[in-house]
Amino acid sequence: MTESEQAQQQSAEPQAAPGGDNGGDLVGAAAARTNGKSVVFPVEQALVTDGGGCIAPLAIGYETYGALNADRSNAILLCHALTGDQYAAGVHPVTGKPGWWEAMVGPGKPFDTERYFLICSNVVGGCMGTTGPSSVNPATGRPYGLDFPVVTIRDMVRAQAMLIDHLGIETLFCVAGGSMGGMQVLQWAASYPERVFAAMPIATAAKHTAQNIGFNEVGRQAVMADPDWRGGRYLEQGVRPEKGLAVARMSAHITYLSEAALQRKFGRKLQDRSAPTFSFDADFQVENYLRYQGLAFVERFDANSYLFVTRACDYFDLAADYGGSLAQAFKDTKTRFCVVAFTSDWLYPTSDSRAIVHALNAGGASVSFVEIESDKGHDAFLLHEPVFIATTRGFLEAAAAARGLKGRA
Amino acid sequence: MIRIGQPRQDHLLIVDMVEQGARVLDVGCGDGALLQLLAQRKNVDGRGVELSQRGVNECVAKGLSVIQGDADADLADYPDDGFDYVILSQTLQATRRPREALSNMLRIGRRAIVSFPNFGYWRVRAQLAFRGRMPVTGNLSYSWHDTPNIHLCTIRDFVELIDELGAGIERGVALDHAGVPIRVHAPWWVWNLLGEQGVFLLARGAPPQ
Repeated sequence: MTESEQAQQQSAEPQAAPGGDNGGDLVGAAAARTNGKSVVFPVEQALVTDGGGCIAPLAIGYETYGALNADRSNAILLCHALTGDQYAAGVHPVTGKPGWWEAMVGPGKPFDTERYFLICSNVVGGCMGTTGPSSVNPATGRPYGLDFPVVTIRDMVRAQAMLIDHLGIETLFCVAGGSMGGMQVLQWAASYPERVFAAMPIATAAKHTAQNIGFNEVGRQAVMADPDWRGGRYLEQGVRPEKGLAVARMSAHITYLSEAALQRKFGRKLQDRSAPTFSFDADFQVENYLRYQGLAFVERFDANSYLFVTRACDYFDLAADYGGSLAQAFKDTKTRFCVVAFTSDWLYPTSDSRAIVHALNAGGASVSFVEIESDKGHDAFLLHEPVFIATTRGFLEAAAAARGLKGRA
Repeated sequence: MIRIGQPRQDHLLIVDMVEQGARVLDVGCGDGALLQLLAQRKNVDGRGVELSQRGVNECVAKGLSVIQGDADADLADYPDDGFDYVILSQTLQATRRPREALSNMLRIGRRAIVSFPNFGYWRVRAQLAFRGRMPVTGNLSYSWHDTPNIHLCTIRDFVELIDELGAGIERGVALDHAGVPIRVHAPWWVWNLLGEQGVFLLARGAPPQ
C-alpha cells in the first residue's frame, strides 16, 4: 500500500504500520484514547461518489480499540449515527465526555475490547478528521463549502471499505451501528456481502420516509437561514452559523426522544422559577434543556457537515438500488443478521425494522429480530438498556462461536 | 455451550419426523429448545418466530436465528417454498386464524409439523361432562379466563381441517397422558379419546394413504 499515514490534529502518536502484525494499536477502550488516527489516501485513490463527484485526496479519521488477532478475523466496524464520530469509547477529545457507545464498547461489554478489534471511522462529509465540506478543496485552496460533492450512505461505506482494506482486513466479523450507522450496516451487507460475517442494524430503516426527510429539511433550512451561514462560505469569513445549527439540533433532538421520556424528565416543570414570566425566556425546563443541547452541539459540529450528512440519509433508499425490491439487496446472503428496534422510537419505528426483517427472510437470510421495550425513544440504542446489551452480547457470542473465535482472553 | 435437559417427548417425536440437514422454521419456538435439539440431532438450518421478547432474547443469546413476531401476522411475509419443514408446536390453539396459519405453513414449507393438545381427550371430556367445569389439564393448564388458547380442537376436528385444506397426513401420532406415543393401530375416534395431544406430519396435495 502506498497511503501515507499521518497523525491528526491532536497528534499524540503515529500508529503502527498497517501491514504490521497488530494492524493497529493494542489499546483497551478503558484507557482514554483521544489521539486521532487518520489515513490520507493519495489522489490516485479518489473516492468517486454516487452523485458523480470526486474526492481526492481523501482523508479518513478513525479510532481503534482492542487488538486484531493473528488471522484477522475479529474485526468489528462500528458505524456512527448522524452527528456522531469515531470516538465510540474512551474520552472524546473535544467535549471531554465519554464516547457515544460507552454503554456497549469496552472490556467485558458486548463489544468486548479484550476480544474484538473495534474500528470506528468518521464518515465522509463529517468534520472529525474525514474529508468533508470544511476540508480544503485542493482545486481552490479554500474550504469546500457547498462545492463538496453531495455524498450518499453508499459513498460513506465505500470510504469505510478503503479504510478496512488499508488496515489489511479482508472480512469483518461484524458491522454494527444505529440510526444512520444502521443504514451503513445495511449498505455494507448489500454492497460487500462476502466481507460481512455478521451485521447488526439497530434502530434504523432501509429508506428515509417523507417525515424523516421533512425533519431534516427543517434543520437544513434553519442552518441556511442563519445570516452567518454566508452561502456556506462562513469559515473563510471567520463566522459560524451557530444559531441556525443550534435550532437544527434542537428540533432533531426532539425526534430522538419520546414523549414519555420528555414527560418523565421535564413535564411542564419550570426552570429556576416558581411562576411563568410571560416572556420568551426559557421558562420551561424542556426549553432550557434543548437550548443547552443546541449550544453543546455547535461546539463540536460543522454546519455544512450537518447539511451533507442529513442529505445522505435522505437519499438513502436501499431497495431502489435493487429494482425496488429490498429482498433483492440481500439475496442469498450468508451474513448473519440481528435487527433491533425500540418500542418508543418514532423516528425509525419498529415497522421500518420489520420491513428489513421481511426482506431478509424473503432473501433467505439468517436473521434475528428483537423489538426492545423502552420508553427512551430513538436514542435508546445509545443508553444503558439491559435487554439490548444482553441481546447484543448473545448475538455476538453465537456469531463468534460460528466464526471460530476463541473466548475472552 | 448449548445445554439441554431431558428433551420433551413431543420434541423427540418431531425431531424424528425431520430429515437430516433440512431447512426448518419453528413458529412459536419459545426458548428455542426444539430448534437446539434439531440442530444437535439433525443438523438442521433452523429459524424461529416467537411472540415473547423474553423467548426471543433467550434464543438469540443461544445463537439461534429467531424473529420476534406472531404466526397470525408474520407468516404471510415468508416466500413460498422457503423451508423444508414449518413446525407449529403447541401453538395452533393460540392462533387467531388457525386455518390461515396452517395454509401459510403448507405454502412456506414442503411439509408442516403440528402438535396440539387434543380437546377430545377423555379427561377433558370428563371434566366438562361430569364436573361442569372448563377443563384444566397438564397441556391445558390455564383457567378459562386467562388462557391464551382461543381455538381448541380435537384430533378429529384437526384431521377434518387438514382434509378441507387439501393437504395430506403423512404421519399422525397421538401421545398419551405421559407424552408417550400410543402404539396401537386404531381408528381416529380411539386416538381422539385416548390421546392427550396429537403430532402430525403434513404434506401438500392429496393424502398418500
